[in-house]
Amino acid sequence: MTKKQIQEKIAFTVLTMTMFMVVIPTLLIIGYIIYKGIGTISWEFITAMPRKGMREGGILPAIVGTIYLVMGTIILALPLGVGSAIYLTEYAKQGKVTRLIRLAIMNLAGVPSVVYGLFGLGLFVYFLNIGTSILAGALTLACLILPVVITASEEALKSVPQSYREASLALGATKLQTIQKVVLPFAMPGILTGAILGIGRAAGETAPILLTVAAFFLPRLPKSIFDQAMALPYHLYIISTQVPNMPQGIQYGTALTLLGLVSIFFMLATVIRIKFKMANRA
Amino acid sequence: MANAQEMLVTQDKFTHRKNLKKDIKHSLGEYIIEKIIFCLGITSVIIFSLIFLFLLRTGLTLFRDVSLKEFLFSKNWFPISVNPQYGILPLVAGSLLITAGAILISVPIGVGCAIYISEVAPPKTKMVLKVIIEFLSAIPSVVLGFLGIVVLANWVRISFSLSSGFTALTGSILVSLMALPTIITISDDAINALPKEYREASLALGATKWETIINVLVPAASSGIIAAIMLGIGRAIGETMTVMMVTGNAAKIPDTFLTSARTMTATIAAEMGDTVRNGTHYHALFAVGIVLLMMTTCINLIADFVLNRARKEGR
Repeated sequence: MTKKQIQEKIAFTVLTMTMFMVVIPTLLIIGYIIYKGIGTISWEFITAMPRKGMREGGILPAIVGTIYLVMGTIILALPLGVGSAIYLTEYAKQGKVTRLIRLAIMNLAGVPSVVYGLFGLGLFVYFLNIGTSILAGALTLACLILPVVITASEEALKSVPQSYREASLALGATKLQTIQKVVLPFAMPGILTGAILGIGRAAGETAPILLTVAAFFLPRLPKSIFDQAMALPYHLYIISTQVPNMPQGIQYGTALTLLGLVSIFFMLATVIRIKFKMANRA
Repeated sequence: MANAQEMLVTQDKFTHRKNLKKDIKHSLGEYIIEKIIFCLGITSVIIFSLIFLFLLRTGLTLFRDVSLKEFLFSKNWFPISVNPQYGILPLVAGSLLITAGAILISVPIGVGCAIYISEVAPPKTKMVLKVIIEFLSAIPSVVLGFLGIVVLANWVRISFSLSSGFTALTGSILVSLMALPTIITISDDAINALPKEYREASLALGATKWETIINVLVPAASSGIIAAIMLGIGRAIGETMTVMMVTGNAAKIPDTFLTSARTMTATIAAEMGDTVRNGTHYHALFAVGIVLLMMTTCINLIADFVLNRARKEGR
C-alpha cells in the first residue's frame, strides 16, 4: 500500500467512526427507553387516571390533552401553511415581498421554542384574554410548526411539473381551478408529509405549552378548548423533576408513550414520502 | 322560419349574458380568493413581527424599574430576593458556555458524518442513515432531558468524581445531540449540491478520493458548512427543556464545564410560573426573551447571508 492509500484508509476509518458516534447514541436512546418502559405499558396505564399524586395509575389525561392540542394545532396551521406555500409557488413574483417572506420563514424556524411560549403567553393568553387553555396552546404551537408546514408544502408544490399547469390552463381552466383540481391533488402526499412532521414536532414540544396550557395535575379530561389540560411532554417533565419519590416505571412508561407517539407520526411521514418518491420515479 | 332564427339569436344572447354574469361572478370569486391567498402568504411576516412586537412591548417595560446598565452588566440574577436584582450576565454566560461545549462536540462529529453520508456511504446505507438522523431530530427534548437526569448525570458524576452530575457538561452533551441533525443535514446538502465536475476533475488528475474530499469538496462547500454550523449554534442556544432539566440551574457565572450553569431559556421556562403578570420579574423574563430572540435572529441572518452567497458562487 502506498502512503496515499494508508492516509485514505485512516481518514475513512475516522469518518466511519463519526457516523457511528451519531448512530449509536440515537439507537441506544431509543432502545433504552423501550427496554425500560415496555414493562409499564399496559391497557390500564394508557386509559386510567393518575392516582396518588401521579405516583400510581395511568396517564390518560396527558394523552388526551396532547391529542387535543395536536389536532387544534394542525387545524390552524395547515390552511395557513398551505395557503402561504400556494402564494409563494403559484402567485408570487421574485421581488422584495417574496424575499421578505422567505426571510421571515427562515427566522421563524430559528426562533427558540420558549420564545414562542412567551409570545403565546403575551398575545393569546393575556392580550386576547383566552387564558391558559388548549386553544392558546394550539395557537402558539401552530405558529411554531408553520415554517415546517410551509417548507414541506412549497417543496411539494414545486415538484408538480410545469406542463400539468400549462395543460390545464390551455384547456380553459382558470388559475384557481388549475391549483384546485391539478396542482393540489398532485402535491397532496408531500403536503401530508409536512403536516405529519409538524404534528410530530407539536406533540413533543414542552416549553411553549409550559407557558400557555399547562396544568400541573388535573385528573379529569378537558371539557372544552378553553380548559387547561395536561400534556404528555409536560407531564414527563413534571414527574421527572417536580414530584419526589416518583416510581421510575411510570417515568419510563410516559417517556416511551411520548416517544412512541412521535415515532408513529415520524414513520407515517417517512413511509408516505418514500412511496411518493418511488411513484414519481416510475 | 325567420321568427325561429330570431328566437335562436335572442336565446343565444340570453345564454351569452348569463355566461358573462357567471364569468364576472367567477372572476370576482377568484379575485377575492387570490387576495386571501396573498394574506396567507404574508402570515409568516406578520407572525414574526408580532413576536418581536409583543416581546419588545412587554420586555422594555422592565427599564422603568431597572436600569439598562444593571440588566446588561450586573452579575447577579436574584429575582425573588428581598432586594431583587436582574443581571442577565450569568444567564448569557451559561447559555454561551453550554452552546460552546455542544458545538465543540457536534461540529467535528457532524461534519465528519455529513462527509461520510455524502461521499463514502453506499446508497442504501445512506438512506438508512438519513432516516436515523431525522429520527434523532424528532426525539422530544424532554425525553433527552429525562434520560439526562436518570442516566447521563450519573455517568458524569461518577467519571469526574463530582458531588453532583448536573453540570454544564451534561447539558452540552445532550444539546450536541440536538444540534447534530441540523449540522449534518445542511452540510450534507451543501456537499451534494456541488457540481459533479469538481469530483471528476480532481479524480482524473490522479487525486485519491480522500484528497478530493479534503482539498476540493470541503473547501468548495465551506459556505454551506459554515451556515450549517451557525444554524446548529442557533438550535443549541434556543434549546430549553433539556438544559433546564440537567444543568443544575445555579444562576452564577460558571467557571468550568463541571459546575452548574443556568441558561436564558431555562430561566424563562422555570421562573415564569412564579411571576405575577406585569410585575418586574415578569417583565424581566420578557427582556431575557428579547436578548435571546435577538441572538438567534442575528445567527439566522448570518447563516442566510452565507447560504445566499454560496448559492450565487455556485451559479
